[in-house]
Amino acid sequence: MSAPLIEMRGITKSFGAVKANEGVNLSVAPGEILGLLGENGAGKTTLMNVLFGAYAPDAGEILIQGKPVRITSSADALAAGIGMVHQHFHLAPRLSVLENLLIGIPGRSGGIDRAGGLARLSDISRRHGLTLDPDLPVSALSVGEQQRLEIVKALFRGARLLILDEPTAVLAPSEVDGLFSALRSMAAQGLGIIFISHKLNEVRALTHRCTVLRHGRVAGRVDDPANTTSAAMAELMCGHEIVPPARGPSTPGAEVLTLDGISTSRHSGTPLRDISLAVRAGEILGIAGVSGNGQRALAEVISGTRSPDAGRMTIAGKAVTRFSPREVQALGLGRIPEDRMTTGLVTNLPLADSMVLPRIGTAAFSSKGLLKPDAIRAFAEEQIKAYDIRCPGPMTRAGALSGGNLQKALLARELAFDPKVLIVSQPTRGLDIGAARFIHEKFLDMRAKGCGIIVIGEDLEELLVLCDRIAVMYEGRIAGTLDSADATIARLGLLMTGAEGRA
Amino acid sequence: MFRLEVRTSTPAWFNLALPLLAVGATLVLCSGLIALAGAGVLEAYGVMFTASFGDSYAITETLVRAAPIIFTGLAVAVAFRAKFWNIGAEGQLLAGAVASCFVGAIPMPGVLAILLMAIAGAAAGAAVALVPATLRVKFKVDDVVSSLLLNSVIYYALMALIEGPWKDSFSGYPISPPIEDSASFPVLLEGTRLHLGVIAALIAAPLIWFLIVRTTLGFRIRVTGESPEAARYGGIHVERVLISTALLSGALAGLAGVGEVGGVHFQVMSDISPGYGYSGIVVAMLARLNPLGVVPAAIFLAAVMTGAEAMSRATGVPAFLSDVIQGTALLAMLVALLFTAYRIRRVGAAA
Ligand SMILES: Nc1ncnc2c1ncn2[C@@H]1O[C@H](COP(=O)(O)OP(=O)(O)O)[C@@H](O)[C@H]1O
Ligand SMILES: [Mg+2]
Repeated sequence: MSAPLIEMRGITKSFGAVKANEGVNLSVAPGEILGLLGENGAGKTTLMNVLFGAYAPDAGEILIQGKPVRITSSADALAAGIGMVHQHFHLAPRLSVLENLLIGIPGRSGGIDRAGGLARLSDISRRHGLTLDPDLPVSALSVGEQQRLEIVKALFRGARLLILDEPTAVLAPSEVDGLFSALRSMAAQGLGIIFISHKLNEVRALTHRCTVLRHGRVAGRVDDPANTTSAAMAELMCGHEIVPPARGPSTPGAEVLTLDGISTSRHSGTPLRDISLAVRAGEILGIAGVSGNGQRALAEVISGTRSPDAGRMTIAGKAVTRFSPREVQALGLGRIPEDRMTTGLVTNLPLADSMVLPRIGTAAFSSKGLLKPDAIRAFAEEQIKAYDIRCPGPMTRAGALSGGNLQKALLARELAFDPKVLIVSQPTRGLDIGAARFIHEKFLDMRAKGCGIIVIGEDLEELLVLCDRIAVMYEGRIAGTLDSADATIARLGLLMTGAEGRA
Repeated sequence: MFRLEVRTSTPAWFNLALPLLAVGATLVLCSGLIALAGAGVLEAYGVMFTASFGDSYAITETLVRAAPIIFTGLAVAVAFRAKFWNIGAEGQLLAGAVASCFVGAIPMPGVLAILLMAIAGAAAGAAVALVPATLRVKFKVDDVVSSLLLNSVIYYALMALIEGPWKDSFSGYPISPPIEDSASFPVLLEGTRLHLGVIAALIAAPLIWFLIVRTTLGFRIRVTGESPEAARYGGIHVERVLISTALLSGALAGLAGVGEVGGVHFQVMSDISPGYGYSGIVVAMLARLNPLGVVPAAIFLAAVMTGAEAMSRATGVPAFLSDVIQGTALLAMLVALLFTAYRIRRVGAAA
C-alpha cells in the first residue's frame, strides 16, 4: 500500500485538567475510509480539530505524505488538502449554494468567478452523485443537503482528505445510503476519508479500518470492521461488555392517551390526516416512518404546541381542549422534544433554569409570582444526583453539557413528576451506546410502573428493542400498526414506503 | 499574529472587570482628543472629577443627573433581557415628560399630583413602547428600527406642541406652561436639587433586579430572551412576555421624564433630555444588563456629563467630549463583551 496520506503521531491535547487526547497515533492512506470510533467525550472531535488546525496540540506531530507539517489554522489545513465537515455546519444561510462555495475564493481580478464555480460544482456533483441546486439559498436546504454542500465545499477547495464528524447523526436512514455511496465514490478516486461515528453498524458497513478512542487514548484498532462483531467493537469503545436491555412481558392497562381523527392544516411540514391511535398504561408505542411524514406535527399536537383542526385527544381519560403545553402537562403528560438544544433547553442559562422551565408557574417552583430559588436549586441538585448528570452543578450553563447528559436532564425534569404518558422524539439520536442504554432502561422502568410511552423514531432497531407495538406514518397518516412480535425491519420498511397502505 | 479562540467558560470576575476595563480604555482613548485640543490630560480629567465628585454639592448634582439615566438604563436592561430591542427610551422619556407635565399643571394636592404625574408618565412611556412591540409581535417588524424612528416622531410632536397649542403664554418661549408649585417634587437636602425622583431611581434599581431574578415574570423574560423556542415549548406565551416587557421598559423610561419635569425643569422644553434615552443604552451595556450595575454605570456617565461642562470652562476643551466619551464607552464595552465569549491567542508566524 502507498505511503499514508496523513499521519498523526503522539498527539496530546489537554483542556485544563481534562486530557482530551493522549499520545494518539492515527494514519489514513489514499483511497481509505478510516472509522474513528469512541463514546461521547472520547476525544474524537478534539483530535480532528487538531488535524484541522483549530487547536494546537500540546505534543505530537502531523505528517502529510511523510513530511512533517505545522497546521495552525483552518486555512493551513485547507492548503494542505484537508477538508472537514463539522458536527455543526459552517454555512451562510442567506447566501446561495454557489455563493457559499465561492466564499473566500478570489476569482479573476478580485471578483467572483461564477461560471468557473458552476463548472466545478457540476463536475464534482456528477462524479460523486452529490447534486445541489446552485442558486438555492442555504436556508432552503434540508439538513442532508446542507451536509452535502459542506462535503462539496471541501472538495471544491481541493481536499484530498475529508473528515466527517458524526455526519449521520443528523440524517434520516434513507439519506445515509446516499452519503455512503458518495463517500465510497470519493475513496475509489483516491481520497482519504475519516468517518466519525458511534453507530457500529454504519462503521461496519462503510469503513476499511477503524481506530477506537477511549478517554482520549487509542483503545484499539480494527483491521477488518466488516467481519468484526458489533459487540467486540462496543467493548473496545466502552471498556466493558454491553448487553441490550431486556423488555419483559407487559400487562397494558387502561388507555392513557387517545387520538381520534386528528387532522392539522398544512402550516409547516407534512400535515396530519385523520390520525387515530391509543397508548395504554404500561405500554410502549413506537411511531416509525421516514422523517417528514408528519411525525413532527404529531409530536407537536400531543405536546400541546399545535392545535389540530379536527379530532379529539384525551390524556388519562380527560379531553384536551386548549392544546397548550401547560394543559397537557397538567393532565399528566411528560414531553421530551426532538431538538434538545433549541427547544429542550436554554443553553445560555443555568441548567437549573432549564430543568424547571416547563413547570415554573406551578406550586413546586413558585408561588404568587415569586420564584422559590431554594426549591429550584434543590430540585436540580436532586435530579443531577439521581440521574448521574455529569456537570459541575445546577448553575452550570446548560449548553456546556454533553448530549447524553442533556438528554438525562430532559428525562429527569419530566419523570420527576410521574407522568401518566410520556412522548419522546428521537430519544437517543446522537447519544453513545452507554447513554442510549441508560435512556432505554429508564423507559422500560417507566413502562413497568404503568406509564404509557410513545416513542417517535427513525432507528428501527431501537424501536424493535423498545416497543410493544409500532405504528408507521406515511404522508401524514398511520399506514399500519404492527405488534412487536410480528414486526420485522422488512415489514416496517414496506409500510414506510406506503406500499402496504396502497395495496 | 493573534487570533480569537472560543471560550468554554467565563471567569466570574470578568463581569466586574469588563466594564472597568472598558471605562479605562475609554479614558485613555479620549485623552488623545484632550491633548489635541491643547489641554493637559491629567488636568482636564482632574477638573472633571472635582466638578462631579469634589464636594457634597457636586455629588448631589451628579446624582440628580444620574437619576434619569438610571431609569432609562433600567428600561433598556429589562428590554434587552427579553431581546426586545428597545432603542426608543428617548421617545418614551419625552412622552413621560409631556404626560406628567400635563397632569402636574392641573391644580390638586401635592401628594396626589406627584402620584398622578408618575402614573401618567409611566403610562405614556409604556404606550409608546407598545407600538414597536406590537409591530414586532403582530407583523414581525424589526423593533430596532421602529423604536428608533419613533423617537423622532415623538420629538417633533413635542416640538409642535410647545411651539403651538401648548406654548407657555406667559414667557412666549417655545416651552410648556409650568407645573403647579405643589406638584414639584420635594427636595431632600436643603440647598441642593436632590429631589424625590433621585431616591425613586435608586430604589427602582434593586426592585427591577428583584423582578428579573426572583419573579416568574423575570424568569419568563430571561428565558424568552435567550431562547424563544424553548420558552414556547415550555409553555411560556412568548408574545405576551414581549408585550409585558415592552410595557415595563416603556414605563421605566417614562418615569425618567417624570423626574425631569417634577424635580428639575418643572416644565417641558425641546432640550429637556440631552439624549438620556440613548445614554440608557450605554449604561445598560456597561452594566451587562444587570439592574444593580445600572446605578454605578449611570453615575459614571452623569459624572462625565457634569464634569465635561466644568472642564470646558476651565481648559477650553469642548464639552462635546462628554458625547465622545459616551460613544467610546459603548464601543469599548461592545469590544470588551467579545472577550466573554472569546479569548485572544497568540499564534506564531507560520513556518
Ligand atoms: N474547547 C474545550 N474546552 C474544554 N474541554 C473540552 C473542549 N473541547 C472538548 N473538551 C473536552 O474534551 C473531551 C473530549 O471531547 P470531544 O473531543 O468533543 O469528544 P468526542 O468528539 O469524542 O465526543 C471531553 O471531556 C470534552 O468535555
Ligand atoms: Mg464530537
